[in-house]
Amino acid sequence: MYRLEPRKEISYLLLYLTPVFAIVLTILAGLVLFTLIGKPPLQAISIIFFEPLGDLYAVSEMLVKATPLILIAIGLSFGFRAGVWNIGAEGQFVAGAIAGGSVALGLYEVEGFWVLPLMCLAGILGGMAWAAIPAFLRTRFNANEILVSLMLTYVAILILSLLVHGPLMDPDGMNFPESRIFHDAAVVPILIEGTRAHVGFLAALVAVAAAWFVLSRHIFGFQTKVMGSSPRAARFGGFIENKIIWKCLMLSGGLAGLAGLIETAGPVGQLVPSLPVGYGFTAIIVVFLGRLNPVGILLAGFVMALTYIGGETAQIELNLPKAVTGVFQGMFLFFLLGIDVFTKYRLRHIKPSKTVAGE
Amino acid sequence: MDLTILILQGIIVAATPLVFAAIGELVVERAGVLNLGIEGMMILGAIAGFAVTYDTGSFLAGVIAAAFAGAIAALLFGVLTQVLMANQVATGLALTIFGLGIAALWGQAYSGASTDALDAIHIYLLSDIPIIGPLLFSHDPLVYLSIILVVGVSWFLNKTRAGLILRAVGDNHDAAHAIGYSVVGVRMMALIFGGMCAGIGGAYLSLVQTPLWVENMTAGRGWIALAIVVFAAWRPGWALLGAYLFGGVTVIQLHIQGFGVDIDAQLLSMLPYIVTIVVLVVISRDKIRAKLNAPACLGKPFFGSS
Repeated sequence: MYRLEPRKEISYLLLYLTPVFAIVLTILAGLVLFTLIGKPPLQAISIIFFEPLGDLYAVSEMLVKATPLILIAIGLSFGFRAGVWNIGAEGQFVAGAIAGGSVALGLYEVEGFWVLPLMCLAGILGGMAWAAIPAFLRTRFNANEILVSLMLTYVAILILSLLVHGPLMDPDGMNFPESRIFHDAAVVPILIEGTRAHVGFLAALVAVAAAWFVLSRHIFGFQTKVMGSSPRAARFGGFIENKIIWKCLMLSGGLAGLAGLIETAGPVGQLVPSLPVGYGFTAIIVVFLGRLNPVGILLAGFVMALTYIGGETAQIELNLPKAVTGVFQGMFLFFLLGIDVFTKYRLRHIKPSKTVAGE
Repeated sequence: MDLTILILQGIIVAATPLVFAAIGELVVERAGVLNLGIEGMMILGAIAGFAVTYDTGSFLAGVIAAAFAGAIAALLFGVLTQVLMANQVATGLALTIFGLGIAALWGQAYSGASTDALDAIHIYLLSDIPIIGPLLFSHDPLVYLSIILVVGVSWFLNKTRAGLILRAVGDNHDAAHAIGYSVVGVRMMALIFGGMCAGIGGAYLSLVQTPLWVENMTAGRGWIALAIVVFAAWRPGWALLGAYLFGGVTVIQLHIQGFGVDIDAQLLSMLPYIVTIVVLVVISRDKIRAKLNAPACLGKPFFGSS
């Protein structure tokens, strides 16, 4: 008989190896899945996971998809450490896009280097404002932030739809529910000529570096760690729980808002109802796959971006639905969470004998 | 009058999937487990129910398949969170993302297909009574099942020994374990029950509410079911009331436009979500009361040493 026995210390080797195991297991499970649904398994896996890596355009597209994932995930990671579950990053992403996009449309054809920074600021504030609602309701009324932030995601998407059907609709757009296409001064510059990879990726890198600094050197990083692992100790230490909740939600809301603005002013270039494609939810997987660690999140962001590109290619080449991306993302997280147990526990072989109940 | 009856019937149809999902989750949470994957289990139930009904022509087979699909998904959640002690919030989210993906993959062959809606049972003579007849005695069998389920769960939790054990596991798993009850076993059974309920709730969407398959057709109902459990303060009767309240908001929102009131469709569609938030705030405001009702071990991992 085998049973689990707590380790005295977390195995750091396993902690960093589990994401790799999870990826391998996901690929194996993918082979089984494709066999079951009658698609060529090896070819499908190769299209989703390996082909994009050999193609410059696909790699540049990975940068495009990884940018919002990394930005959002970095923000969420602080809250997840502290046990503040902001599940509504998708809504904050949309709120940031609306706020920043409105600035771009309000300043239509105004030239100036300051237009884009102003939009970014508006995007951050928009995301923060949207995250302020669950923060306020949680700290003031004890309302569960998971449900509030999630419900607000649906509301934000509906507001976006309302705006592009009304006040922000393109006046020359033949009544399509879309805004005008942003003018040049309001568009995120391209990073690699001839691709869609944009400067927003550098913002994601800055966020990673800043998060690393805060976690290892700043009191806020320490506070979130303590609050997550031992809320009682945090209280004895004089940390004010409500303040940490506010900070975590403002940080994740602001970064999600910035991600939303960068997506709107970057690859999309206008406000459209189909802007939210689930980056806010996928980012949650990125946080876990990246082990709540900024550098890990950077790598995990690329892996998740890969599943998006691979899913799109598989859609074209194998006639698979786009949702296959979700299947793989879900499996990643399942396997990761499943084998995570071995970082804290070890499997022990125990000879069957009469055991006494209780301790 | 006819319109009123039509609206009330609409509310029942809108509320029933929420009743199923919420009553299942209520039992799960009473056992101390927080399963955020209801949305995923519902959508799996929706596609399983639709696909099997479409292929076999039997509603019964479809509903059973839906319950089975929900149970399998819940079992997966159970193995991860109870045996491998994975984080419940993260696992629930993974289940939702995974469920939506698998359902879309499975449903690809069925997109655009439709079946006949499940027929109503007209109870002899009673259904002919004006007003009361159409309101109470001419529904599809799943509506009756949902009500029976609520009564049954209420009886089970409050009046049976097994219900008492389940609540003990949810309120103090260490004590329950010390007395000799299998915490993991009880929780697994609760989870499977919850999965079956969510699966049937999903099937209600694809077999009765709109008898066709559409990707993402659950549209956040799983999350609303979670809110209903909080609203109900973990009491079955209140969960039923909550589900009908939310069903009511959804249906009335549709009819407001029918009356020619000039409000944007999007504003009205926001209503159920905003109502959920408002209700949550009202219910959770009193910290002590909220704590009193909630199962004390809700969402906490359990490791039974020896």
